[in-house]
Amino acid sequence: MLELRGLTVRFGSVAALHRVGVSLDGGRITCVLGENGSGKSTLVSVLSGLTPHDEGELLLDGVPVRFGSPRAARAAGIATVWQDLAVAPLLSVWRNLVLGAEPTRGRWPLRRLDVGAARETAVRALERVGVTGVDPDQPANSLRAGERQSLAIARALHFGARALVLDEPTAPMTIAQQTLVGQAVLRARAEGLAVVLVTHNPRYAHLVGDRYLLLARGQVAGDLTRADVDSDDLTRLMAGGEELTALTTRLHELHPELGER
Amino acid sequence: MPVTAGRLLSTRGAPPRRRLLDRLLARPSLVSVAGLAVVVVLFGLRAPGLLSAGGLAGVLDVAALLGIGAVAVGLLLAGGHFDLSIGTLAVSTAVLTGVLAGPGEWDIWAALGVSLAAALAVGVLNGWLVVRTGLPSFLVTLATALVLQGTTLAGMPLLAGAPRVTGLDEAPGWRSAAALFGSTAEAGGGVFAVSLLWWAVLTIGAGWLLWRTRFGNQVLAMGGARRAARELGVPVARTTITLYALTAAAAWLIGTLTLVPVASVAATPALATAIDFVVVAVIGGCLITGGHGSMAGAAVGALLYAVARRGVELSGWDPRWSQALLGVLLLVALMVSGGVRGRLRAAPRS
Repeated sequence: MLELRGLTVRFGSVAALHRVGVSLDGGRITCVLGENGSGKSTLVSVLSGLTPHDEGELLLDGVPVRFGSPRAARAAGIATVWQDLAVAPLLSVWRNLVLGAEPTRGRWPLRRLDVGAARETAVRALERVGVTGVDPDQPANSLRAGERQSLAIARALHFGARALVLDEPTAPMTIAQQTLVGQAVLRARAEGLAVVLVTHNPRYAHLVGDRYLLLARGQVAGDLTRADVDSDDLTRLMAGGEELTALTTRLHELHPELGER
Repeated sequence: MPVTAGRLLSTRGAPPRRRLLDRLLARPSLVSVAGLAVVVVLFGLRAPGLLSAGGLAGVLDVAALLGIGAVAVGLLLAGGHFDLSIGTLAVSTAVLTGVLAGPGEWDIWAALGVSLAAALAVGVLNGWLVVRTGLPSFLVTLATALVLQGTTLAGMPLLAGAPRVTGLDEAPGWRSAAALFGSTAEAGGGVFAVSLLWWAVLTIGAGWLLWRTRFGNQVLAMGGARRAARELGVPVARTTITLYALTAAAAWLIGTLTLVPVASVAATPALATAIDFVVVAVIGGCLITGGHGSMAGAAVGALLYAVARRGVELSGWDPRWSQALLGVLLLVALMVSGGVRGRLRAAPRS
């Protein structure tokens, strides 16, 4: 569904992503793993339209696309749960949920927010991820941390028709929150969405993931399927740079067909 | 939706009385209402002339122009930005109109059109500089204000031969311009200016824009959480530039509403006026940190300021005392809005 071919992103002379190729299929969960600075966040911002790529292609159903803004990516059906959750603290829950894709009614210059529809959307989208009893008019910073996470996920599920990108928050999550994310991810897979999960928890990645994309210094260091690894392998892989480099070398030795990537 | 909201309110379990108090205290504009009550009582007792029709007209005359500026600055504050150049720009555009229509002998409407275009250009430049450099908008617009003020003060005598242009009512098309920007109505012995209508319309329009349109939602998001707004596809650059253009248009209107009633214009330093607008908007409940703003509050803030200024004048005190009073009010408003930020967590609102 989504395919990256030789995708390169440069910040000045530094390549944050270098010739990354991967295909992200519908109905599968691809876990992106790698240490800090390996290009995970850049990959997320390319997929969600925040950073345009410099070289290579981003294919959506085989058609090369180039998102000019996160709004364009969302319009194409790719929604993102951001690492910082992208919640405006003083805005109400419903304003946050529809932000960037607000329903309107009336003609310009009297086009205005369809407040009723937006409230309803917010309540429905939150119910879909199992959060009930939230007043859509309450400001987002009155939500508990877990509810704020649910808001971000509900928004992504509501607008992500084809692909869901989750950049796991750096702040540690409770088991309940992790369960919530897990449920959302699995439901999205069941609905046939392509799910990209950037996570720091190898056990969790092994539990839900179908494929594992290992990034190191902006390059693909490994593209493994569930059959290739067990959760201990993943833990080791995530433990540090040396491990990852050693593994890359070893994999290259064992699988010459991996070639230069 | 009312069904859901009602159910949720009841399940959240706070006693309704307490809730009402919380909701009230979560309104940052409360300071301006309380302050207005205080100054009206205080100066009403000291200078009863303030509450006559004539006194009221005087107050509203001051309040209208302040209110127009405060509405524009309030929108900008809600979007997390700041504009120090609005007062200077008002003078500069009025001077440009005066030079074109006076010594230039242009039709007044052509002169007004050109100065509006010039104002919008300055606004877009302000916005572009803020977006492009990423510097605090306080500094960027301070620079623009200084350039404008210097150019206006030094340039006007060169173009017009004097720092003042009078007799603009001889310009072609003056009658219609005077009707729109300079007419007055008498009621109960007070003469009320048309700027009041402009103020009322702009306050209502800006409130609608901020709280009931997509643009407003994006302004509020941008002011409260710029990164989040960007991540969700709010066109931050375009929204910022639009806000600055709106502020510049308001500056032009203020300049025009000052020029037309007296049919003359003088180049005067006006850097401090911009601070008045910010003060009024903040007293009215626009958070200086962005993310929340009240246009009705800004209007009350403008009234408060005007009552204080006229009150001090009518009481026979040195008018400069009103500045000190305003400073105290600003401090109170800033402290309250700090507390309000915390309270905003709790109270439902949309």
